[in-house]
Amino acid sequence: MKRGWVLQTLNWFEHRLGMRDQVLEALNHPVPKNTGWWYVFGSASVTLLTIQLLTGVLLTMVYVPTPDLAYQTIEYISYEQFLGWYVRAVHSWSGNAMMVMVLLHMTQVYLWGAYKYPRELTWVVGCFLFVFLLGFLFSGQVLRFDSSSYWGIGVGAAMAGRVPLIGPALVHLLLGGETIGGETLSRFYALHVFVLPALLLGFLGIHLLLVMRQGVSAPPFPAKRTDKETYDKVYERELAEGEPFAPDPLAKDVIFSALIVLVVFVLAAVYGVGLNELPADPTIINANPRPDWPFLPLFALLSLCPPWMETFVILVLPVAGFAFLVSIPFVSGTGERSPWRRPVGTIGVVVGVVLMIVLGWLGAVAPWSPAMEAWSGTPIPERMVESLSPTQLVGAVVFQNKNCRNCHALDGQGGTRGPDLTTVATRLTKEELVRQVVQGGGNMPAYGKQLSSANVEALVAFLATLHPEGIAPAKPSVEPITGPLAGGDNAKDDKTEVARDQ
Amino acid sequence: MNSEHPTPPCCNSSGSGGHGGSGDAEVTLASITRRGILLVSGALFALAGLILAIPLVGYIIGPIMRRKEDQWVDIGALEDFPENQTLLVDFEDPDRRPWDGMTGKTSCYVRRLQGENFQVFSINCAHLGCPVHWFPESGLFMCPCHGGVYYEDGGRASGPPPRGLYEYAFRLEKGRMLVRAGHLPTLQDTMKETS
Repeated sequence: MKRGWVLQTLNWFEHRLGMRDQVLEALNHPVPKNTGWWYVFGSASVTLLTIQLLTGVLLTMVYVPTPDLAYQTIEYISYEQFLGWYVRAVHSWSGNAMMVMVLLHMTQVYLWGAYKYPRELTWVVGCFLFVFLLGFLFSGQVLRFDSSSYWGIGVGAAMAGRVPLIGPALVHLLLGGETIGGETLSRFYALHVFVLPALLLGFLGIHLLLVMRQGVSAPPFPAKRTDKETYDKVYERELAEGEPFAPDPLAKDVIFSALIVLVVFVLAAVYGVGLNELPADPTIINANPRPDWPFLPLFALLSLCPPWMETFVILVLPVAGFAFLVSIPFVSGTGERSPWRRPVGTIGVVVGVVLMIVLGWLGAVAPWSPAMEAWSGTPIPERMVESLSPTQLVGAVVFQNKNCRNCHALDGQGGTRGPDLTTVATRLTKEELVRQVVQGGGNMPAYGKQLSSANVEALVAFLATLHPEGIAPAKPSVEPITGPLAGGDNAKDDKTEVARDQ
Repeated sequence: MNSEHPTPPCCNSSGSGGHGGSGDAEVTLASITRRGILLVSGALFALAGLILAIPLVGYIIGPIMRRKEDQWVDIGALEDFPENQTLLVDFEDPDRRPWDGMTGKTSCYVRRLQGENFQVFSINCAHLGCPVHWFPESGLFMCPCHGGVYYEDGGRASGPPPRGLYEYAFRLEKGRMLVRAGHLPTLQDTMKETS
């Protein structure tokens, strides 16, 4: 009786919607055999997207996108709103997990050669989805409106400002005004909450339509080449020998998605998500802005690349990178699919992944950033000062007070911008130390104007003691015949240096 | 599947309605080709779209179209700035919204050498805009992002910055210190330094 009622209702809808055939077709459509567990990353990304949409809507119920309230409302969500901390944590973890899944999905599709004929367009649409996702992550970081958000926008503006001719106009477009303020945040809010979701869902619809229309590719086999003339027939045969999407492949998708979702929920519940204790206040000057992890490789690259490459890295590299991704199926749209028969592509993936991990790690560690508190917070190890002469002690004080520790470590403690100076006396003679301190060089500022000559003398006297017991300090290869060449007469010394350099 | 109708539905109903003579209407419809109708309606649609789009795009690029000039901002009395010191000073942006909150403020470094000899620096690193930290002990500005360093006179000392710190134009008026401020300085849109 009850069953009849349910069936009747379903039939009522079916009579109007007429969707049963499509649903059955989608469930029963054949997929090639032996797809295994490698095809689950795409569907997991979509699952996480639904979580993002859901938690995103929940967050907008409290969040206020104006600079005077944005940070406060996030504090409210995190500390006062019932279960607000959890919803925010899920949104954060799920968004990051989505990025991971999408990267895995792209890598798998590339290595399997699944982007080749006739799935070129699927790949291209996917590249756009990837860019939208990056947009989500950047704008999401802005919406937190903490100090990293504020200076992150500043960095974005500085980058845009480098575009020839239209740079300043782009900066104003990005900021929505002359400075970072209300309209800036609103722009990123509109982007994150309206524009990007619409674009993402639209493109995702096309992506999924293409996946349904072209079918998933069969796992690659070495020497089984893709040829435009024959592929359609070959694929037809693969489907004939294949299995229906439901239940087995579908079950794999569902099980993996469920596992990922559970992992996200557990991570969110156990670790939550931190709150940067500094709001987006430009007058709090001791901020230490860092981008979210997907942007760390770029952050690192911008510190490591030589100045002449910088504009290229900022303006050309992202565009060229996207063009490269899009061009892949048009450059190698046929031929071998197996990663074992595509050595350049496969090695390229390995090199690219290693490069991104190394750059990302460097970006996280940021050895080039001065340790801003080291000069006051990291004292010179006692063993280095316990048997010093008065002059050398003054030098040690100069070394500490003149912020040298911000860039130079002793016994591994302190900044890493410059070399660790624990054993500097074994590498540089007193004369070379004077020259380095006074003139700078490498990445070191010249301290000639910042230090009196007495201070320089004391500093160098201290640095000259920094050599391990039993290892003699460095000596000049040729001792000057009369009088010290690098004693007081710097001009003379300069000439000698120049002459030697030429 | 739906395109199996041999004649467009319009032709079946062309005689009815308030047309004066059905024969006239028939002639007119026949003389307009399908392509012509498409072209005219398409052009009309495109025109409507364009008319719609122009103001909307204008709305988005408004900040470009309507630039706000920098303005003189009072940042303190002359005696607030001791000689031979560099101080961090906050001031309210001339172009701010009521809902700007803390972002309605900006900071700058004011360096007073002797007498009326000043330098006013932007806190934004010339590399990529991060806030530089001032270290009076060594007379250096250091950037936390990519390690750019500047001397106390704002000159580039080391690291990736392509130039020295951006400088605000300033002016002394009735014992007050005024700086010309109002926009975020970037490489091609500096503070328009003047002495």
